[in-house]
Amino acid sequence: MSEPVVRIENVSKVFRQGGLFNRAPGFKAVSNVSLSVAKNRTLGIVGESGSGKSTLLRMVLRLIQPSEGRILVNGAEIWSLRGGELKAMRRQVQPIFQNPASSFNPRQTIRAILAAPLEVHGIGSAAERRERITTLLRRVGLDPAIENRLPHQLSGGQKQRIAIARAVILGPSVVLADEPTSALDVSVQAQVLKLFADIKYDFGLTTIFVSHNLAVIREVSDEVAVMRRGEVVEQGEADRIFEDPQHDYTRELLAAVPSPAFMASA
Amino acid sequence: MREYRPHAQGAARPALAIRELTVDFQRRSGLLRTVDKVSLDVWPKEIVGVIGESGSGKTMTALSAMRLLPHGAKIGGAIALGGRDLVNIGESEMRALRGDRIALIPQDAMQSLNPTMRVGRQVGEPYEFHRKQSYGAIWSKVVELLRAVKIADPETRVRDYPHQFSGGMQQRAMIAMGLALDPELIIADEPTTALDVTVQARILKLLRDIRDERGSAILFITHELGIVAELCDWVYVMKDGKVVEDGPVKRIFEAPKADYTRMLLEATPSIHRRKGAKR
Repeated sequence: MSEPVVRIENVSKVFRQGGLFNRAPGFKAVSNVSLSVAKNRTLGIVGESGSGKSTLLRMVLRLIQPSEGRILVNGAEIWSLRGGELKAMRRQVQPIFQNPASSFNPRQTIRAILAAPLEVHGIGSAAERRERITTLLRRVGLDPAIENRLPHQLSGGQKQRIAIARAVILGPSVVLADEPTSALDVSVQAQVLKLFADIKYDFGLTTIFVSHNLAVIREVSDEVAVMRRGEVVEQGEADRIFEDPQHDYTRELLAAVPSPAFMASA
Repeated sequence: MREYRPHAQGAARPALAIRELTVDFQRRSGLLRTVDKVSLDVWPKEIVGVIGESGSGKTMTALSAMRLLPHGAKIGGAIALGGRDLVNIGESEMRALRGDRIALIPQDAMQSLNPTMRVGRQVGEPYEFHRKQSYGAIWSKVVELLRAVKIADPETRVRDYPHQFSGGMQQRAMIAMGLALDPELIIADEPTTALDVTVQARILKLLRDIRDERGSAILFITHELGIVAELCDWVYVMKDGKVVEDGPVKRIFEAPKADYTRMLLEATPSIHRRKGAKR
């Protein structure tokens, strides 16, 4: 097997608690986690609130520095990168966030929002950028005329389509999604998940998808890691995790999902 | 053909009967109709689900029965609680019913609890307001209520403030408040949306136990098909302010009649199967 695109090695994160003078022991949000994602695969991370799943994702995004351990993307340890190398890594790793309403600058038009990554990385002429934005808007199922609108004029589903477009506009190899559909109605969620799967295939992406929703995780993931209180309690192929869970907590989670026996046969 | 509805058998009349309910808001652009001729029954001891996406009018329907609609809402049609009209009575009469014969469990417990008041005092409010009982008498009842909703160590917890409770415990406290005077109808508006699945499972079991042990009818508003399937006896599917179909839960899932219901079922991801989203 080839080198994984994302490799998380013994990563922990301790958040300091207490003030300047009363040092509390600190809160261990992520505890000795090791995971890897191979090219073109999707790793689903599932857990309840406080399980550390979002903290872990933010560390891979290089937004939070791990207290211990290493995170490698395309073979490079992300916290050792500087200058041009760091910028190149940032281009390779793109996020999609949970809340479509707060993911965008409310005063920027959709065009400005999508053009920003291209401008930062100095890609293309103004005309070429325009062309790329138009093509991509069509690809995510939106009318290109939408580029003149402001975020608040779009529905939640449209905003998540824009978020997907922004995530792939630089041609990244890795996309990290944190509960991208939890604010959406199920009918819209289904469309956005379908788009996500199509885009992932077309752009050859490697993805990590974080969610508290087990059904969504099952639908998008090749592999699944189940987190509880900062630890990965179980990981493996998605079908195996859902059909033959080994850890008690995974079983408890699956049993808690409301759906009666008669849905199982559907 | 009418579908067989076990809870309607042998009951004199529904715990809640809504007929041709309309809820309108005056907007500059004209009249906005959020609930459009909705008719719905909840029979005694029945758990009825109302499922719909955002904007379907499900919450407005629930709030109509509590007479807690936002300011400016115009209500039409008929609502009867155990045969008693709720639309044309005055606010003071309605207030006498709220919390006594009809109770609401809201979506976000933390926002509904007063952060500056001890939990026990708030859970005891229905006794204080409706029964004018002494604090001593109320205190022991509140401890019993907290025990009934499975809060551990209720004698101590009754003195806690809301922030000392976890999200699940806060929702249990809201349920305890709803149960206080044994109402004939409990309206639950997405009471588990903010909770983790394992906590949600316990709350749903608690609601079922309450129905079984106390005999309250429950109107459960939700956007999640899984919850309806697990909890409810009968379900109404709402879209754009209208009921598109209703029926026994099993039939709705196995043989939906409305295209919209079929679409909802198709769109809902399941832990039991995988659909063709992946390539």
